[in-house]
Amino acid sequence: MTLFDFWRSHRAEFASLFLQHVMLVGVSTLVAVAIGIPLGVLAARRPRLGGPIVWLANAAQTIPSLAMFGFLLPLPLIGGLGARVAIVVLIVYALLPIIRTTAAGLASVDRALIEAGTALGMTPAQLLRQVELPLALPSIVAGIRVASVIAVGTATIAAAVGAGGLGEYIFRGLAMVDSTVILAGAIPAAVLALAIDGLLTWVERAVRRRLSGRRRGRAGAAIAAAAVAAAALVAGALLTRGREPDVIRIGSKNFTEQIILGEILAQTIEAQTALRVDRRLNLGGTFICDRALRTGDIDAYVEYSGTAHTAIFHEPPDTDPAGVLSRVRARYADAGLTLLDPLGFENTFAILIRGADARQLSIATLDDAVPHAVRWRAGFGYEFLERQDGFPGLRDRYGLRFAAPPRAMDLSLIYRALAERQVDLIAGDATSGLIEAYDLTMLKDNRRYFPPYDAAIVARSATLLAHPELRSALASLSGRISVDAMRRMNHAVDAGKREAADVAREFSRGSR
Amino acid sequence: MPAAASRQALRQVASCVPVRYSRAVATAGARAAVEFQSVSFSYGPRSILRDVSFAIGAGETVVLVGRSGAGKSTVLKLVNRMLLPHAGTVLVGGRPTHEWNPFTLRRGIGYVLQDVGLFPHMTVGDNIALVPRLAGWDEARVSRRVGEMLELTGLPPQDFAQRAPDELSGGQKQRVGVARALAADPSILLMDEPFGALDPVTRAELHHELRRIQREVRKTIVLVTHDMGEAFALATRIGVLSDGDLAALDEPARIGRSNDARVKPLLEPLLEASAALESTRR
Repeated sequence: MTLFDFWRSHRAEFASLFLQHVMLVGVSTLVAVAIGIPLGVLAARRPRLGGPIVWLANAAQTIPSLAMFGFLLPLPLIGGLGARVAIVVLIVYALLPIIRTTAAGLASVDRALIEAGTALGMTPAQLLRQVELPLALPSIVAGIRVASVIAVGTATIAAAVGAGGLGEYIFRGLAMVDSTVILAGAIPAAVLALAIDGLLTWVERAVRRRLSGRRRGRAGAAIAAAAVAAAALVAGALLTRGREPDVIRIGSKNFTEQIILGEILAQTIEAQTALRVDRRLNLGGTFICDRALRTGDIDAYVEYSGTAHTAIFHEPPDTDPAGVLSRVRARYADAGLTLLDPLGFENTFAILIRGADARQLSIATLDDAVPHAVRWRAGFGYEFLERQDGFPGLRDRYGLRFAAPPRAMDLSLIYRALAERQVDLIAGDATSGLIEAYDLTMLKDNRRYFPPYDAAIVARSATLLAHPELRSALASLSGRISVDAMRRMNHAVDAGKREAADVAREFSRGSR
Repeated sequence: MPAAASRQALRQVASCVPVRYSRAVATAGARAAVEFQSVSFSYGPRSILRDVSFAIGAGETVVLVGRSGAGKSTVLKLVNRMLLPHAGTVLVGGRPTHEWNPFTLRRGIGYVLQDVGLFPHMTVGDNIALVPRLAGWDEARVSRRVGEMLELTGLPPQDFAQRAPDELSGGQKQRVGVARALAADPSILLMDEPFGALDPVTRAELHHELRRIQREVRKTIVLVTHDMGEAFALATRIGVLSDGDLAALDEPARIGRSNDARVKPLLEPLLEASAALESTRR
């Protein structure tokens, strides 16, 4: 599918994501201007305050955006999933350039002009408004230009907290390893950045021209009007997105399997109950989903037992599936969350060989493979190769030896490398659709080296209590999704380029 | 100037000033428009003025001369409260400057700066209208006044009101500077080396213009220069500042005859120039 086909077939969605992006940038930049210019004036007027102000703005700039979303999510008023928290983060990033250029612009105003104004009887406020700010304006506009271009880029990350925008396509494309979808979001974002840059460069020049007196424009007023209109639109969007009691919010992380599972949850609830579902899929990872669940921004999503065990509850690695599950369930219960029974498949590390080899040599387990491995070459992802609970531990547990040291390979290439006989054994993903597509065999981890990663729904206990029908709908999925079914669905989306919602619908129909 | 004449001049000015600031400055019950009483001022350890006393009558044009750093500009800034004296009192309209609201005081005193200080982001008209607008005049009166001021300073309003300061020559800028200083009809006009950056021909032209303007509007003018020729061209009295002291304050004729060692060096260039001129004519 070419880029243009993609845009054509997603026309309405594209338009709304683009608009969301513009709004995120417009509103955050406007608010940053309203806060940043007074702070810049303060910094210029009171150098003793100015230092710390610029230092703080600088420090805020260095916080990675995803981490900042994580910190802000649980806060009242500004936190929560959606545009609000994204706008707050964008404002924080936009402040520094605006404060800096305002202070620098004011400092560059000719002292003689300030003295002239004072001698004519202007008060400090009149001097600021009528002389200093107008003369600093080109510098301030340059700062706003930098801030809004930064905002266009940062706003793509906002998709991680469900704020929408062009980042949706970028995250979706990354999850699907589909560069067309990535470009469908990245190219318009770049064009938007260039357009804003060009527009504000023009405004900056117009302001400078006007200062040198050759022409008097009203460009600033037009920009301000456009920005205010954008602000009004976003405010409207925010207001209409309030909480409704009979709406269940379903979340998911930002990779294909999670999005399909999110759809399955949503469709199951819609089919079996009268509740309405708000899909907040494609959130930026485990951390964000967990925070969102605890703050009530989502009511349920699918987590993996091993991930919850180590990444959320920081327990030491454990390979006993039942033990991990019960410990995670107890920890969730303490937080007012309920872990339902597993869905039926595990998304763990998978040690894979070609199906032909497995059949010919009758290999089913890792122990079976060890004697043959001395003639084989292996390929692993960088992370698996390095992590102590990756290859080094596996080698020690099974006494694995290969013909040559394992090759480090990119995960997106590793399945094909195995199929094309460049390597003979790889570590992949147990639910990858490519396992079936390339006729690969997953070796059984018979010594239980890998921790269990059973997929299970985790939901807010309060929501389940309030809606018993919701509990039975979600529980109806327990044990119903096999690893083969999951692989097929992943493959249909990743390789077949089908919509996750359609694939999920077919699954529900087939299992009913 | 005799006290009676000074009082008469004061009354004359007071009767024709329409602005409340000017009236406030002019009629605060004074016999002198500006008076320094034992004024001292220093920048850190550097003493600029030491125990200086003098009075300037209304309608006078006093030109202060002296070398660079003699404290000439400091005197002007003490008058409009850009600076406050460290000892002694500066009286404007009979009232100590520290008792004045600084903004009210400054709006009642015109100020023409060394480097003009026209605001580059405003038109010529807006520059001139600045103080009247600060004083809250209505727009009709402001624009009438801008026209009058441009006429007074010899710049046709239809040609100049809408221009940017950058489009003017040095002499034109300085005319606008004077127009701006006079716009709110102040009773006192302070001028800090106003013609220093101009070529001699333009400078002479502007001296002529200033004398004409002074005949028409009759202000108390305090002008600072290091050009003794300018002092003789404009002053009703010349003050000589030397090392923080007021060495002399007298009519030009008497200054010209002075034997004071602090005054004579300032006259030297003038005498040499006129001697050289004489010799070519002989």
